Amino acid sequence: MSEERGYLDMDLLRFTTAGSVDDGKSTLIGRLLYDSKNIFEDQLEAVETSSKARGDEHVNLALLTDGLRAEREQGITIDVAYRYFATPKRKFIIADTPGHIQYTRNMVTGASTANLAIILIDARKGVIEQTCRHAFIASLLRIQHVVICVNKMDLVDWSQERYDEIIAEFKQFASRLDNVVEVTFIPISALEGDNVVDKSKNMDWYQGPTLMYHLENVYVGPDANHIDARFPVQWVIRPMSNEWHDFRGYAGRVAGGVFKPGDDVVVLPSGFTTKVKAIHTLEGEIEEAFNPLSVTMTLEDEIDISRGDMIAKPNNQPKVEQDVEAMICWFSEKKKLKGREKLILRHTTKEVKAIVKDVRYKVNINTLHKIEDDLEFGLNDIGRISLRTSSPLFFDSYSRNRQTGSFVLIDEFTNETVAAGMII
Amino acid sequence: MEQKSKSYQVNHLKQLESEAIYILRETAAQFEKPALLFSGGKDSIVMAWLARKAFYPAKLPFPLVHVDTGHNFPETITYRDDFVEQIKANLVVGLVQESIDQGRVQEEKGPKASRNALQTVTLLDTIEKHGYDACLGGGRRDEEKARAKERFFSHRDEFGQWDPKNQRPELWNIFNGRKQHGEHFRVFPLSNWTEMDVWQYIKAEEIPLPSLYFASERDVFTRDGVILSQTDFITMLPEEEATARKEVVRFRTIGDATCTGAVLSNAATIDDIIEEVAAARQTERGTRSDDKRSETAMEDRKKQGYF
Repeated sequence: MSEERGYLDMDLLRFTTAGSVDDGKSTLIGRLLYDSKNIFEDQLEAVETSSKARGDEHVNLALLTDGLRAEREQGITIDVAYRYFATPKRKFIIADTPGHIQYTRNMVTGASTANLAIILIDARKGVIEQTCRHAFIASLLRIQHVVICVNKMDLVDWSQERYDEIIAEFKQFASRLDNVVEVTFIPISALEGDNVVDKSKNMDWYQGPTLMYHLENVYVGPDANHIDARFPVQWVIRPMSNEWHDFRGYAGRVAGGVFKPGDDVVVLPSGFTTKVKAIHTLEGEIEEAFNPLSVTMTLEDEIDISRGDMIAKPNNQPKVEQDVEAMICWFSEKKKLKGREKLILRHTTKEVKAIVKDVRYKVNINTLHKIEDDLEFGLNDIGRISLRTSSPLFFDSYSRNRQTGSFVLIDEFTNETVAAGMII
Repeated sequence: MEQKSKSYQVNHLKQLESEAIYILRETAAQFEKPALLFSGGKDSIVMAWLARKAFYPAKLPFPLVHVDTGHNFPETITYRDDFVEQIKANLVVGLVQESIDQGRVQEEKGPKASRNALQTVTLLDTIEKHGYDACLGGGRRDEEKARAKERFFSHRDEFGQWDPKNQRPELWNIFNGRKQHGEHFRVFPLSNWTEMDVWQYIKAEEIPLPSLYFASERDVFTRDGVILSQTDFITMLPEEEATARKEVVRFRTIGDATCTGAVLSNAATIDDIIEEVAAARQTERGTRSDDKRSETAMEDRKKQGYF
């Protein structure tokens, strides 16, 4: 990357952190922001004031990330909070989520847009149920890069032996995680700042990168699918002006693959084939469109296309089916899933009715064991179901494409989003 | 051509632009009568700019709505009218003065009176009068703690209230805009942008801005540690008279003239501003006196329907 272009050359890394009150997650994020000089004076002043008022001994970096009043009062994080910081190399979006089992849905939400997950292990406690749960969620949501931060190394005398023991424990468990491509281990102390931004002076035996170095340099490019061309039509643009009299453009965000003018395409569900005429943006026509670009396409032939349709390539089409097998996470506190439930399903830009045909199993997310004797889904339950939809969906498996393989389920009476689904 | 195009990487500004355009199109598609709230501030200018890109070559499928406190910097209105003309949008104006005249709100009394809080009523009245079911706003999550958890599609009940505990989860890029009659949504396409991103984008796109953003000499005074511009709408207290002076300042946000604080600055160009933002030690809202009323001031106002 050339120095001169600077800001315009920065790419974006979205990562998620899960942790509970006492494993130092908020302190870690506070530390990342603080040591990389992404904290403003007035924010720091406010935190210093609050720390004093609470009688905390140190400036409590955790207070930087605890937003809502309820959380400040109870000292817990109850939702997904998004935080932003940048270094000269990258811009980062953190989805900061609570870690207890009752916040599984928040972790799933935070993980859905992340390319990387940071999982904290308390060096004193080692790999515990919560570690397995967080790793499972990262794998389920197809986060390909996982960083295991073994935190509180200061409390185990910076012991390499203890660190190696924890790595071995985790590796044993991690062999069962399907989608994780890369696991990186880093011994840190979020409280003292060791190996977060600055290299630790207390752990000479560790030769690897600091957390910040890893975040700045990890290569996440291949996470997006640039093979299977998928363009869910979001909106039809018809200017109906003199200048653009016959213009009929299909607006959307490329969900996979690459589209170029002249490419043969097929429109689903009609199955008509035509060619891409041009790819329009306000700045002019462009030569190719790929994920994550939002563009407007015109086609050579006039075909009736509306929102919810999908443009793909004739030789590489998504599945077009009404029966879907999926892993879901149940989100609703009020509503439970009891067998043949009718729901609204939202997938890409399409909304259909769906009926739950079968609940296959639930997963005990601490042990990864299947549960087959209690098939009622309540808040935070994860498991496998089969659905039938009122009209065909155009989909890929979630492991192949996060955009065309994901959906949410909505209660048709309360409009509440009751579940998130990943197609198998 | 360098090999870059083969790797299909795009810089983060392009990613943010693409995401915002996606949200703008979702809003147009999922709602019957959306509107874009236009304050004349840089965030709403960027939003309108993105909206033009999202629907090009068609016109914006929704109007720009300006809630006018009547206590504007004159530059704001001149800019607004020119900009609206340039992007060929429809403009709808809701007047706080009208809400006052109709007895819908009581003007705050005393020298520190601000119409900032009254805007909420005018906004909700304007939404109701025109039947807008989704209002696009330029809010960003990096602005303030309470906004860090704001959704892209933020649900408001029939009283226009935001319940932080009852927001819908947003996964991937799937947004649930379904609602009951009378409920509406606020939509924030710039949620993931930071102040720096907005400035870099303005620079890259060469978007024209109101002159208030650039440093010039103004008549100012100090109130509660905030530098305010002397205007006809503010009566200075005796002790504030003593602070009256000329100073080279600019504004980092543009809102009601009675409570939008200026910062000492010589930044006269976009590049100067970017340099200043990069070196800044105060968050943007640090200059808004309305946020200083209490530590959770923003959360309280949002619950009542403040944008």
